[in-house]
Amino acid sequence: MRLLNRSAGRLSRHRRGPLAGFVVLLLGLLMTGTLYAAFAPAQAQQGESDADQAAKGRELFLVGCAFCHGQNGEGVKTQNGNQIGPSLVGVGAAAVDFQVGTGRMPMAQPGAQAPRKKPVYTDEEIAQLAAYVASLGPGPSIPTSEDYSIEGLSASEREEAITRGGQIFLTNCTACHNFEGSGGAMPRGGYAPKIRGVEPKYIYEAMLTGPQAMDNFSNGNLSPEEKRDVIAYLGSLEEAPGYGGFGLGGLGPVSEGLFAWLVGLGSLVGFAVWIAAHTTRSQKKKVEA
Amino acid sequence: MSDQNSHDHDHVPSTFEDEPVANPGLPAHTWRPTDVDAKAEKRAERQVAAMFGLSMVCAVLFLVSYFVFDVGDQWDTVGGLGASNVALGVFLGGALLFIGIGVIQWARKLMGDHEMVEYRHPAKSSDEDREATLAALSAGLEESGIGRRPLVRNSLLGAVGILGLPAIVMLRDLGPLPGDKLEHTLWRKGMRIVRDVVGTPIKVSDLEIGDLVNAEPEILFATDAEGEPVLEGVEVQIAKSKCAVIVHRMEPDDIVSEQTLNWSVDGIVAYSKICTHVGCPISLNERTTHHLLCPCHQSTFDLTDSGKVIFGPAGHALPQLPMAVDDEGYLIAQSDFTEPVGPSYWERDPQ
Repeated sequence: MRLLNRSAGRLSRHRRGPLAGFVVLLLGLLMTGTLYAAFAPAQAQQGESDADQAAKGRELFLVGCAFCHGQNGEGVKTQNGNQIGPSLVGVGAAAVDFQVGTGRMPMAQPGAQAPRKKPVYTDEEIAQLAAYVASLGPGPSIPTSEDYSIEGLSASEREEAITRGGQIFLTNCTACHNFEGSGGAMPRGGYAPKIRGVEPKYIYEAMLTGPQAMDNFSNGNLSPEEKRDVIAYLGSLEEAPGYGGFGLGGLGPVSEGLFAWLVGLGSLVGFAVWIAAHTTRSQKKKVEA
Repeated sequence: MSDQNSHDHDHVPSTFEDEPVANPGLPAHTWRPTDVDAKAEKRAERQVAAMFGLSMVCAVLFLVSYFVFDVGDQWDTVGGLGASNVALGVFLGGALLFIGIGVIQWARKLMGDHEMVEYRHPAKSSDEDREATLAALSAGLEESGIGRRPLVRNSLLGAVGILGLPAIVMLRDLGPLPGDKLEHTLWRKGMRIVRDVVGTPIKVSDLEIGDLVNAEPEILFATDAEGEPVLEGVEVQIAKSKCAVIVHRMEPDDIVSEQTLNWSVDGIVAYSKICTHVGCPISLNERTTHHLLCPCHQSTFDLTDSGKVIFGPAGHALPQLPMAVDDEGYLIAQSDFTEPVGPSYWERDPQ
């Protein structure tokens, strides 16, 4: 009891001290600041204003992109009216993040397809380029993980999302990207790329911006939830075991038929030839009974 | 040389007296180890029996894995593959393969393998048999009097002929004739165009340039007063297969043909999703060229120009759905398709 009493007395002495109010104020400020720093949404541009970013992005743009897309991103046409590079006004930051982040832009050479390759720019430079292109005209911004993740959903909601995403995928995407996202051929030497194992952010951005010859699936076409569901379905494909055995690239009857004809029938023919070619013979004569 | 192959009427080679080089005949038979060595013979016998035994083991394991592995909601997996399918396939394959290997081993090691010569005999019957058969046949014809009794013959022909009629009449049960069903779909004036799968109507302002929507008529998702779907089961499947459309927004300036422009709304066009070649669903659109490609046989349609065929085997342009906007700003059909959708058929008017 004495101990309790003594500490109670000391506490109350401190409370009445001349610095107590100041200390409480300091502590309160410190806690508010810490909590804000911990919970506040992360800023895309840390300490840099959009204008600074865009200005740096413009420097990069003039060096790396302006040859095809024009000095102000207005696009460049050839003499016969074809596009060298399309106008970037209004394509938004999402298009830049997709094209440059997946290494499709800058293109190594003009052609039917802009293949995915190692990105040329760093993440910081991509953000600067995106800020510059976004400043040219209003367009879709870079999606955040809340847009394409189903982490926050309950198990039954997730299952529902995957089922619905599957139906939307099979209706809208399989025509070009194959029934399990393995990609497919398109006219004049192009192809719809494989979309299995692609980062959710880039799938979302591709739907949002319609890269190269792909159609748009803007938010008015497929709502953000529907896009999220499609991504959830693609993610579920990654985890699903191959129920029927080896998928052989998921290309359907072509690869499966090729395997059956070449490997299956080929090994049978080889086995038959091997049977007919090998018989050991003895030097001895049979003693006829 | 032809002498060598000529045989006498008993099909035994004649003696080749005029042969310049003596016929050496077949080389002497060499024996297999299993023919001359009793131990090897026993070993081969055991090998064959072991193969058949392995086949039995595989068959039993097939049955075991049929009952052991879970399928359905909770699949058992092995190395990322469905365990049930893999096990069933491996064990059934093994059961068949080991029987095959056993039989081959048996034939190679134990069954006789002496070379034999067997000459081919003609398929024709002997002359006596042929004459006897013909005589029996004409005797039968004579005795039945089919030539002398036309009443019997004709009434038999009539009876057999009439027997075909029931079969022909039964064909009626294959179903009613299609009538003009092939020329019409469920699209009607004022029916809203809704997104496939989710069934939500499409506002003009929803779509950006380059958007492609896979759409269906509103009636597919409609419910009656009691909350039951208007269309159910096979009706939905038929309606879906005929009514499916793709809605694509392009720059209005890109549109070439007058008809496409008239049936479009602010650069939004709607076309049948069913290829006019053999009816595959098509939605491989290139946003940059507005060319729609069919994945089955590469027919390519120009969406800016009344769906004209610009490549591939399709015989007709892709039917365009005349489109308008209702009071609330949603896309609606102006009418049904003005021509039959899907592949050509012979009653169709030539175009």
